[in-house]
Amino acid sequence: MRNPQLNANGELTHLLTIEGLPREILTHILDTATSFISIAERDVKKVPLLRGKSVFNLFFESSTRTRTTFEIAAKRLSADVVNLNINTSSQSKGESLLDTIDNLAAMNADMFVVRHSQSGAAHMIARHLAPHFHVINAGDGRHAHPTQGLLDAYTIRHFKKDFRGLSVAIVGDILHSRVARSLIHALNTLGTTDLRAIGPQTLMPSGVEQLGIRVYHDMSEGLRNCDVIVMLRLQNERMRGPLLPSAQEFFKTFGLTPEKLALAKPDAIVMHPGPMNRGVEIDSSVADGPQAVILQQVTFGIAVRMAVMSIVASH
Amino acid sequence: MRVSIANGMIVDPVNRVERPGDVAIDGEHIVAAGQLPAGFKPDRTIDASGLVVAPGFVDLAARLREPGFEYKATLASELHAAVAGGITTLVCPPDTDPPLDEPGLVEMLKRRAANLSLAHVHPLGALTAKLEGERLAELNVLAEAGCVAFSQGDVPLVDTLLLWRALQYAATFKFGVWLRPQDSFLAKNGVAHDGEVATRLGLPGIPTIAETIAITTILRLVRESGARVHICRISSAESVQLIREAKQAGLSITCDVAIHHLHCTDADIGFFDSHFHVVPPFRTQRDREVLCAALADGTIDALCSDHTPVDEDAKQIPFGESEPGATGLELLLPLTLKWAKESKLSMSQALAAITSAPARLLGLDAGTLSPAARADICVFDPEAMVRITPQSLRSQGKNTPFLGCELAGTVRYTLVNGAVVYSGR
Repeated sequence: MRNPQLNANGELTHLLTIEGLPREILTHILDTATSFISIAERDVKKVPLLRGKSVFNLFFESSTRTRTTFEIAAKRLSADVVNLNINTSSQSKGESLLDTIDNLAAMNADMFVVRHSQSGAAHMIARHLAPHFHVINAGDGRHAHPTQGLLDAYTIRHFKKDFRGLSVAIVGDILHSRVARSLIHALNTLGTTDLRAIGPQTLMPSGVEQLGIRVYHDMSEGLRNCDVIVMLRLQNERMRGPLLPSAQEFFKTFGLTPEKLALAKPDAIVMHPGPMNRGVEIDSSVADGPQAVILQQVTFGIAVRMAVMSIVASH
Repeated sequence: MRVSIANGMIVDPVNRVERPGDVAIDGEHIVAAGQLPAGFKPDRTIDASGLVVAPGFVDLAARLREPGFEYKATLASELHAAVAGGITTLVCPPDTDPPLDEPGLVEMLKRRAANLSLAHVHPLGALTAKLEGERLAELNVLAEAGCVAFSQGDVPLVDTLLLWRALQYAATFKFGVWLRPQDSFLAKNGVAHDGEVATRLGLPGIPTIAETIAITTILRLVRESGARVHICRISSAESVQLIREAKQAGLSITCDVAIHHLHCTDADIGFFDSHFHVVPPFRTQRDREVLCAALADGTIDALCSDHTPVDEDAKQIPFGESEPGATGLELLLPLTLKWAKESKLSMSQALAAITSAPARLLGLDAGTLSPAARADICVFDPEAMVRITPQSLRSQGKNTPFLGCELAGTVRYTLVNGAVVYSGR
């Protein structure tokens, strides 16, 4: 089966998932992003790479940060941007997802940035559209959030220079996390060999080891000598119920406190995809501390999204 | 009318027959299979040279979608599909809208099916009123109306006490109860086998224990109640093991497997292909291999199509929201032959799983070419390839994992009650 995000020449025409992409493509995206970083520091923060192109931000699931950074990225590339927040419940009563897509395609869109609560939605849209359209997955269910995985990888490369020889721990709700899945694929492809998932059994998807990550149920074991700690967001509705007894108990066992952070290497960086729950997965003193690079992630996110958009649009 | 089917390879599993010969039909019944009786003068002769002449197939699970879901399929469309697939007797589950929990609905369905003069239809009655799992349906009244056994379809029966009472009540009158084993709490929100593939794709999982725990419960309740239970659509190696042990311990229990489970695994979902969204879910390669072997060795009693026509709109949405099910009536024969070939079974062993075995399970005089049996017959070419496309399928349901596949096994003639109801190229 051909990777549906590559064209016959093996070039990236959609970004749907990091899984299955060769290292060269990932490195090319990261290198391209580096060249875009300086644009943000100019007076005129624009390059004409997507001039005359229409980018539709299609969000079936609410988001502020991701949608905004995609919008900024597209505008810095000189594209015209249309933002659509489509409430899935009202959609289910009327127009089907593919009808919506057909209508927008008829408005001569060039690129769709799609977020959807269902895993595989971006794949389905990409399969449905004619080949000259481009689809960027901005998060589908629990499946993938490839631009987040790439900006995480970018942040790690920025601070640690190389992926090889690093120990990276991903902590918290792996089960529901598309961020974790995308980062696991990215780091495995880029050469990190010591990947660790830390959390209770209830938040570990079955067979996750086969994605290339070791599972730990204990922070003191899992964080030892880590170079990078990625804290995942815990959704409100999952804080109490069959998966976890309470937010307090989660913080006590898996929340990142200064004491637990001290188990990692002294120069370890702390990342979080946002939005953070202070006092649930991360202590404020860590989130605001010198090792946190959470705001840099946001800045890098724009450059990475510019890189992805410019690369897929060129194929 | 006298018909002879001449020069075919006669395969009649129950009589252990697999040899060339002629089949003689007089009116609605078979007169002889092997040599035409002396003086038998047929009004019509069907040339079956190079073809297999077998009993019409008996399918233990085919959703016809009437009443209530006519936009997915109709009685007429699906019964035409059935005979095009060589199926002459089928059992339909009660999960229609309204469900088959009233005698009037059952009688209407049977009458309308009979008027079409295609395959024989045997409905399963609802085990509980409206399939709600709260109170028993009127089993005796439904049995009188023509229900062959009772079932919840795929609707979960959550209340174990009610399940026990239902089995005790059914056992009182020796009614069969057909149950699809799935713990509804463990399977909640799941859409794919809980394992590496679902984890990669980010699809909520249905763990194997959702099935094995339900089977364990059912087996214990069968032992307590003495009910005649048929376990429908098992999907895992562990389930096979539980049923094998129960049978060895002398428990009277039967089970079946859906034809697509002998050929597909969760890895086939690929990039979220909703045609692979079925219930129970496709599991691992090991599960598939164990199911294939268990059907061959008789641990699994019969094979069924689990035919579930789904409209295009319900499949053209993201995997997790798509409606589960696969169309199967016209794939039963080619996929049975494929399983038999891979398992190195004889034609007779292969066809037993879709003729004599399910007929015995139903207690019906069907699935055989014995003299005096009803002349329900399928004549097919075991080598001729058929390409599965939306156009090639007569069923209104075009949803199958095998779209685009080329499979061996093409039905040439189907006879029901001695009349040719289908003839293909």
